[in-house]
Amino acid sequence: MNVQPTTNALQEKKYIRSNEPVFWGLFGAGGMLTAFLTPVMVLVTGLLIPLGIIDADHLSYDKLHGFASSWYGAAIILVLVALPLWHTLHRIFHSLHDLGIKRGRDWQQVICYGFAFAVSVFVFTLLLQMLTQ
Amino acid sequence: MSTQATHAQQAVVDKVIEIEILRYRPEQDEKPFPQGFEIPYHPDMSILEALQYIKDHLDSSVSFRWSCRMAICGSCGLMVNNIPKLGCKAFLRDYYPQKVTLEALANFPIERDLVVVMDDFIKKLEEIKPYIIPERDEKCLSEGTYQQTPEQMEKYAKFSMCINCGLCYSACPQYGLDKSFTGPAALALLARYNRDSRDAGSAERMKIVNQEQGVWSCTFVGYCSVVCPKGVDPAAAIQLLKVESSKDYLIGMFKPD
Amino acid sequence: MSKRKPYRREMNNDWWLKNIFYSKYMIREGSSIFITLYSLILAWGVFRLSQGEEAFNAWLSALQHPVSIVFHLLVLLIALYHTITWFSLAPKAVDLYIKGKPLDGKLIVAGHYITFTIVTIFCLIVIML
Ligand code: SF4
Ligand code: FES
Repeated sequence: MNVQPTTNALQEKKYIRSNEPVFWGLFGAGGMLTAFLTPVMVLVTGLLIPLGIIDADHLSYDKLHGFASSWYGAAIILVLVALPLWHTLHRIFHSLHDLGIKRGRDWQQVICYGFAFAVSVFVFTLLLQMLTQ
Repeated sequence: MSTQATHAQQAVVDKVIEIEILRYRPEQDEKPFPQGFEIPYHPDMSILEALQYIKDHLDSSVSFRWSCRMAICGSCGLMVNNIPKLGCKAFLRDYYPQKVTLEALANFPIERDLVVVMDDFIKKLEEIKPYIIPERDEKCLSEGTYQQTPEQMEKYAKFSMCINCGLCYSACPQYGLDKSFTGPAALALLARYNRDSRDAGSAERMKIVNQEQGVWSCTFVGYCSVVCPKGVDPAAAIQLLKVESSKDYLIGMFKPD
Repeated sequence: MSKRKPYRREMNNDWWLKNIFYSKYMIREGSSIFITLYSLILAWGVFRLSQGEEAFNAWLSALQHPVSIVFHLLVLLIALYHTITWFSLAPKAVDLYIKGKPLDGKLIVAGHYITFTIVTIFCLIVIML
């Protein structure tokens, strides 16, 4: 048995490549966007406009609909709304592990990234609809 | 044991500090239990010296590891008030007059008292091929040494300072949750060799990095770099390896091996 | 015979409450729950936008509800926390050397904050155009 142990015995170990780089890339991009832009977005849409500090005309239906109906406007809106979700659901998925919720990791993964995917498709479809109207 | 002598000594010194040690004696204990000691306090006394005082004067059965007393050998790691520290690099003055609790390094099995089983850690260090793998290994001695500029050395110098103390494994919740994770020190050491201009073993080591148990178990908690007594910054090493692994992934998509 | 009997300590699910550093880590990760909710509010806004002016204005006025204001204030604080933690870890992912010396981490962090300020002001101006 030990006649030719050199190559085989040493290289026996199987290394399985993880697909995590895909999700990590999206996580990083979303995290970057969230770090730089979410505070000002929340400030504008959640506080300044509703409180009337910035006139609501600046976020009026006509203005925004016009913006969303241009291809670049649609792209910007898609990125701003959907990309953070790929960041946050990645974190939520890993936090479940941190909290010791070991059961059904596969399903947790499908649900977490599936959710980000579903909302992305939802927003994408709406924008496409407005674009082609 | 001369308890009287101890009392006499304590009467002379004015300041005492309370030290609580989590004891575990495998031949007689089912599980660990805390034991308190009172020792004379000196501001320049390290935790390791406090343990030595206890072993010499109060209870000779207390077990702990040490050797160099100067943060070089990496053998005296333990939890001080639940934070991983080197016993020889932590001082009583930073805790006095509060009580100090000592416990074996977290995330490792306890062998006895403050001594832990390091086998898994050592196995991981060995696994990452911690040696230079030259491009061709038949380079003759007469051809001279492998040369390197200071700039090339700077790329890995920080990651080569590890003393294998295991504090970072103790600080890492991901290692605590899943022992299959390669872990901070081993990955930092891996980065150290992959980033060395004299080494050509990156491709072999990237297979370890690319696994789920490689860099991808890390969620960038970052505590490993905080507790490291040698400024190795394993969290940075892992982060850089994640970037490398992602590049490797892209290349692998077009050129599967 | 060996008397060895290594004792394994259990890691409880509340490990992150036992050390302030871990707690902060969990808050950082937990920030994603609030940012998810905020993204859903925006996604809903896009939906209402696609339904026409009336629907969109209803979405806008719903944002004026005190609960919404308080919620967004909370999200703002949490988002800023994310920003701070993100920037503070940024130097670890940077592999730049200037004249053979690694780029100072403080410079990298400062660069991020400067960019953040510029981006924020830029966005505020753009929205008011
Ligand atoms: S990286 Fe630092 S903390 Fe970890 S084993 Fe090496 S010296 Fe110790
Ligand atoms: S005794 Fe050597 S590192 Fe502490």
